[in-house]
Amino acid sequence: MGGSVAVLSTGSQHRPQQQHQQRKHQNQQNRDQHLRGPVLLTRPGNRSPQSARQSFRLVGSDGPDTDVTMPDPPLSEPSVSLEMRTWQEGKVLDSGVWVTMANSGIPKSSSVGAGCNLRVFKIEAGDLTIRFDMTDAVPPEVRPKPAVPAKPPHVAPPPIPSHPAPTLSGASVRGSGGSTLLGYIGIDTIIEQMRKKTMKTGFDFNIMVVGQSGLGKSTLVNTLFKSQVSRKNSDWGREEKIPKTVEIKSVSHVIEEGGVKMKLTITDTPGFGDQINNDNCWEPISKFVNEQYEKYLKEEVNIARKKRIPDTRVHCCLYFIAPTGHSLRPLDIEFMKHLSRSVNLIPVIAKSDTLTPEEKSEFKQRVRKELEVCGIEVYPQKEFDDDIEDKSDNDKIREVMPFAVVGSDKEYQVNSKRVLGRKTAWGIVEVENLNHCEFSLLRDFIIRSHLQDLKEVTHNIHYETYRAKRLNDNGGLHPISTAADTQESNL
Amino acid sequence: MDAILQEKLAEKLLCPRARSSRQKDRQYVGFATLPNQVHRKSVKKGFDFTLMVAGESGLGKSTLVNSLFLTDLYKDRKLLNAEERISQTVEITKHTVDIEEKGVKLKLTIVDTPGFGDAVNNNECWKPITDYIDQQFEQYFRDESGLNRKNILDNRVHCCLYFIPPFGHGLRPIDVEFMKALHEKVNIIPLIAKADCLTPNEIKKLKDRVRDEIEKFGIKVYQFPECDSDEDEEFKQLDKELKECTPFAVIGSNTVVEARGQRVRGRVYPWGIVEVENQSHCDFVKLRSMLIRSHMHDLKDVTCDVHYENYRAQCIQDMTSKLTQDNRVDSPIPILPVPTPDAETERLIKMKDEELKRMQEMLEKMQQQIHEKDQ
Repeated sequence: MGGSVAVLSTGSQHRPQQQHQQRKHQNQQNRDQHLRGPVLLTRPGNRSPQSARQSFRLVGSDGPDTDVTMPDPPLSEPSVSLEMRTWQEGKVLDSGVWVTMANSGIPKSSSVGAGCNLRVFKIEAGDLTIRFDMTDAVPPEVRPKPAVPAKPPHVAPPPIPSHPAPTLSGASVRGSGGSTLLGYIGIDTIIEQMRKKTMKTGFDFNIMVVGQSGLGKSTLVNTLFKSQVSRKNSDWGREEKIPKTVEIKSVSHVIEEGGVKMKLTITDTPGFGDQINNDNCWEPISKFVNEQYEKYLKEEVNIARKKRIPDTRVHCCLYFIAPTGHSLRPLDIEFMKHLSRSVNLIPVIAKSDTLTPEEKSEFKQRVRKELEVCGIEVYPQKEFDDDIEDKSDNDKIREVMPFAVVGSDKEYQVNSKRVLGRKTAWGIVEVENLNHCEFSLLRDFIIRSHLQDLKEVTHNIHYETYRAKRLNDNGGLHPISTAADTQESNL
Repeated sequence: MDAILQEKLAEKLLCPRARSSRQKDRQYVGFATLPNQVHRKSVKKGFDFTLMVAGESGLGKSTLVNSLFLTDLYKDRKLLNAEERISQTVEITKHTVDIEEKGVKLKLTIVDTPGFGDAVNNNECWKPITDYIDQQFEQYFRDESGLNRKNILDNRVHCCLYFIPPFGHGLRPIDVEFMKALHEKVNIIPLIAKADCLTPNEIKKLKDRVRDEIEKFGIKVYQFPECDSDEDEEFKQLDKELKECTPFAVIGSNTVVEARGQRVRGRVYPWGIVEVENQSHCDFVKLRSMLIRSHMHDLKDVTCDVHYENYRAQCIQDMTSKLTQDNRVDSPIPILPVPTPDAETERLIKMKDEELKRMQEMLEKMQQQIHEKDQ
C-alpha cells in the first residue's frame, strides 16, 4: 500500500469528527450504536501519476479497522477490484481481493471480517466513487423481554441490541462489573450471525396511509418504495366512486434489495374524510389497528405457537394533511387524537408544491403548535427516547416535522440528470431535491434510519399497551371467541 | 364637446346610408345618442355589484378577491386554529368597498362564508348561505312592493364564485350538494383553486372531469350568453375560448415579484415563479376579463331577470295558495303581508287619509261652483 493512508470515520453524517474521537476513547460503552449514513470515498479520475494506488482506512467506532486499497482503474474496465484488509489490535482478521462491477447501481454486499459490514451502493465512473454504507446488521425479529408500557428512560442498554443474553452478562465487556477483556473473544460476531439469519428469513413492514382522496397517497408510497406497490387510479376516465364508508384495503408485495427480502404491506383507507358527514370516520381504522393487535395476541397465547408469528400489525401510519396554508382541520385533530395512542403516527403535508417556502414554514409551525396544544404525540414520541443521543437525533427530526412532500413517478431531464419530478409551465419540481421538498428526508427517516425503531416501538409499546389492557379486562387469558373480539376492539 | 360627440356617434350609426345621401340628414332624429345618455347617467349614479365567495377554508378565496380587485379587503383577518374551528358554524360576513376607475364608481360588496365545509360533520352547511340569499331576495321584494321605491338598496347576490379544491379527483359530494342547492338562486361560477399544484395535463383532466360531473348531476352553472352574430370574429373566437376553458383554474397573489426582468404579481417557488397574469400559467386573466370586463352587467341582468323572478313567482304562488286556503277573495293584485306598522306610521296614515278626504270634498265643491257658473 503506497501513499498516505486517510483515516475516515464512519457514520459521519450524524456525528462530527471530534465526537467520534471521544467515543473511540470511551470504554466501549456504545457498542450497540447504529452506524448510520453512508461514507463516500472518492478517488478523482484525473490524479497525479505518483500514487499508483490509494488506500483508505475505514475506522469502525469500535472493532476492527479496514484498509481498502483501490488500484488504478482504467475507466474503460468493466470491473474494479478492491483489496481489503481488516484488522484489529495488530492482528489481521481478514483480507482479500474483491471484485465488483463498475458503474453498477446495484448494491453489492460483502462481509469483510467481523463487525464491519461493507455494502457498496454505487460505483460511478468518471470520478471513481465508491459509496460504502456501514450499516449494522438489522437484528431479526427477536422477541424481547416484555416491558411495561413506558420504557424506563435510563436502563443501560443490553450488550447486544434486544438480545436477552443472560449467560454472558457476567463476562460482558461493559456491564456494571466493567471487566476488561484480555483478548479478542468474538462476541461481536453475533451481529454478523444475526444479519445472516435475517437475510434468510426476511422481515415485514406494514405501513398505512390515511387522508382524503386525491392527496397523493398512492403516488407517495410508490415513490417511497420505487415500485408500483400501491393501487393507483392512474386512469381518470374510469368511473371512480368515492366509497360511502371508509374501506380498508391491504396490498402486499415482496421487495428485495441487496439480498434482503422485505414483505411490504400497504394499507389504504379510501373514503376517509370524503363524505359530507365525516363523524367517526376514524372508527373503522381504529378497529383495524386493534384487530391486528388482537390477531397477534391470539397467536402469542396459543399453546402450540408458530415459530415466527406473522406480523400484520401496523408499524407506521402516514397521515396526509391538506396544504391549506392555514392550520389543521378539525377532522385532522380528531383522527390524530384517536390514533396517536395506538399506532406510530407520522403526519406529512401532502402536495406541498402548492406552498411557497415561507408559507411552508409558517404552516409547519402552526401545525406543530396545534399538535402540542392538543397533546398529540406523533412518532418519534418524546417519551420513548432512550438516551441523549437518540433524543438529539429525534429532536432534529421533530424540528422538521411534519415533512412537506411531493410524490411523482415520472422522470424528467434536469441538468443532464434524470430525476423524478413534476413538470409545470414554470419549472420542474424535483422530488429528491431538498430545496424543493422533503421527500428524501421522509424516505431516509422511515426506511434508512428508523425502520427498525418503528417496528420496535409498535411491538414494545403500542402492542404491550393493548395486551395489558386486554389481559386486565379479562382477568387473565382465555381463548376469545370472535363475537367478543369486536367488542374488545375499541381501546 | 358633447355636440361633436353626438354628431360623430350619429354618423357612425347611420354610416352605411348617411354618406351616400346627404338629404337624409334632415331625417336625422337623434335618438342614436341614447346609449351615450344612458352612459352618462349611469356613470353619475355609479354601479354596485355583490359577489359571494364560497368554499373550504385555505383555498385562496381571500387572496383571489384581493387580486381581482387590487385591494386588500382582508387586512385584519384573524385565522382560527383548529380547536376554535371545531365549534364554529358557518357565518356570513360582508365587506363593502368603494372603488373608482376612470371616473366610474363601483360599490363592491363581497360576501364571505367562513366555516363552510370545515367541520367534521358538514350536513346542510350550505343552509345559512341559501337562507342569506333568500333573505336578500325577500328584502328586495318587499322594497319593490312598498311605497317608496326611489332608493331601493339592492343587496341581492349577483354572482357566487365556488372554489373547488384541486386535490381531489373531481367534484366531491359536498361540492355537488352545495351547487345543487344554489344553482336556482344565484349565478354559480365554479373555479379550480390553487391551480399551481397541478401540471397542465392534470388541469385539463380535472376540468374535463368537473364539466362531465356538472352535466351528469344537472347543475346549472352560469352560462355565458351566446355572441350576437354581428360581432366581429375576434370577439367570437375569444368567447369560444372562454367557454371551453371553464371551470377556470386560478391562482391568486398580490405580492409583486421580479420575473423575466419585469415586475409581475406572482408566487415564488424554488423551482420557478408562477405569474398570476400569465395566460399560460393560469386562467386568472380570463376570469377577470369575464367577470369584470365583459359580463358583469350580464350577471346582474340574469340575477334580476331569472333568479329574482323565479323567487318572486315562487313567493307569489305560495301566497296565493295560502290565500285560497284561508277562503278569502281572490285579489288580482297579491296582498303582500305587510308587517304591522307601528303606532307612529298608523297615525300618519290616518292623518293622510283625513287630508285626502278633505281635499276630495274641496274638489267637489269647486266642481259644483264651476258647474253653477257655467249654467
